[in-house]
Amino acid sequence: MSMHSRFALLPLPLLLLAACNSGTSNTTNLTMKGSDTEVQLVSNLAEEFAKRDSSARLSVTGGGSATGIASLLNGEIDIANSSRQMSDAERAQARERGIDLQEFILARDGLSIVLHPTNPVITLSMQQLSDVYSGRATRWKDIGGSDAPIVLYGRQSTSGTFGFFRDTVVKDDYASSMRNMEGSQAIVDAVRADANGIGYVGVGYVKDGQGNVREGITVIPIAQNTDTPVSPLDREAVKRGDYPISRPIYQYLPAVPPRGSLVESFLLFEASGDGQAIVEASGFYAITAEDVQQNAILFAKIR
Amino acid sequence: MSEHIVPWCLMCATFLTVLLLIGIFLFLFLSSLRAFREIALSEFFFGNNWNPISYHTPSWGIVALLQGTLLVSTVALLFASPLGLFTAIYLSEIASPPLREILKPTIEMIAGIPSVVLGLLGLLFLAPLIAKTFHLSNGLNALTAGILVGIAALPTIASVCEDALSGVTLRYREASLALGATRWTTIRWVVLPAALPGITAAIMLGFGRIIGETMIVLMVAGNSLALPRSLFSPVRPMTATIAIEIKETVIGSTHWHSLFALGLILFLLTFLVNFVADFLIHRRTL
Repeated sequence: MSMHSRFALLPLPLLLLAACNSGTSNTTNLTMKGSDTEVQLVSNLAEEFAKRDSSARLSVTGGGSATGIASLLNGEIDIANSSRQMSDAERAQARERGIDLQEFILARDGLSIVLHPTNPVITLSMQQLSDVYSGRATRWKDIGGSDAPIVLYGRQSTSGTFGFFRDTVVKDDYASSMRNMEGSQAIVDAVRADANGIGYVGVGYVKDGQGNVREGITVIPIAQNTDTPVSPLDREAVKRGDYPISRPIYQYLPAVPPRGSLVESFLLFEASGDGQAIVEASGFYAITAEDVQQNAILFAKIR
Repeated sequence: MSEHIVPWCLMCATFLTVLLLIGIFLFLFLSSLRAFREIALSEFFFGNNWNPISYHTPSWGIVALLQGTLLVSTVALLFASPLGLFTAIYLSEIASPPLREILKPTIEMIAGIPSVVLGLLGLLFLAPLIAKTFHLSNGLNALTAGILVGIAALPTIASVCEDALSGVTLRYREASLALGATRWTTIRWVVLPAALPGITAAIMLGFGRIIGETMIVLMVAGNSLALPRSLFSPVRPMTATIAIEIKETVIGSTHWHSLFALGLILFLLTFLVNFVADFLIHRRTL
């Protein structure tokens, strides 16, 4: 190869880029980023929405709630998906940057505790969960199981679920032996392969397309104190808040969206009956009457 | 005209490169320094707990992270050095020239595999295999990560070793064979000792590649912050820690600066290793 033809290769990446960038005129873009728990759900919603409005280009990426919120504060995206409420520190940063934060409740989630099907443990209390995840209990026999070590699977600190579970269940630092997994799916896969594993994921990740628990894992009911254990698969219990680790999952906007904007029509679609049907089909639960009222306050601000 | 312009342009390019490197170092150094306004040096270098966003008070000890990095690097070197060296000996001393012309570029092509692809292969094949072989509940650990990172460094080590062996002058070999030594004796007692500085340099360069590897360890090292107890412990090397945590830090915070301090330590380690390798390579050519 001669000297000249070698150098001719230098602009190749640019040419490839140009080849990929075909006509994008007459479209409106909406970028969403954040919660890994929400990424499949919001993708399903975006896909259905794009079928109805062919000029809309929606992109959904994960990375964790903290990543999405950081991007929102940096002005890089239109909507941040977050599986936890924004922290006071994050709200203060938003104020500093002149961002008029808006909160939208997308769905209800029962954070599910998954075990390997061969594990004899059939239920845990919140206290036991805290003991396990803080490292105070390290063997299954400490909490009524067999004499084997407990292998903890959790999320990375960018995850909203990491923060929510720590603050509502563990109420302490996680045991340093916990394996920080990249995403919810990685936790399900790890527990499926690990007879001594335990993990926590959004309820949408434990169900298959038909709404049954996926093969290779069990989802155990959880008890608040000494009450009767409740399963996250019980829709009404999660929506009433009887399931002790149930939570709303959110979307945050950097401002009240203008009337007629793509953000507005997408949020209206998500809140609609069709949108909430997709929420249920994705394994999560539709929002409650209070959530609807909460969202109505946001919609009322749009003008 | 171009007689004057070309050297000038080349000089500018060189100075720009050097300036960039110095700039990066200064930026790393100054950003790191600010971390130590709030973190005690003794805690940073001797503390076992790394938990900047603790539920209680943050802790900033890098010992577990450093041990993770060193454990993965050691496994990788133990895996890649013999394999790379033996390959180099075969290529340089035994393989026929046409075969070498095919094999050497083929091995160097491993260097072209993106590390994320190696990570994926690790997740899909190596981790389950290791879990099964050693009866572990999970194959994401220092051993798996070390082997994969070793594979990534293999072409560097094999290729530079091969250059070192080929660089040994033919006269040594001829003299040895003329004295009645066998081919293996010649390789073992003449060629290898003569090429030793180059071989050491190859391994050092491989180490430089290994210690900075991020994607593979992020995917298969298991990401746990506990002190590793064995090869089968999940670890979180410094590179993976930076990659995971930088996404959520607020620019200018202590957490942010502390990640630069981790970066500075990685940089100094790599710099030291490359410096020694460079020194050895130049001693060889003298």
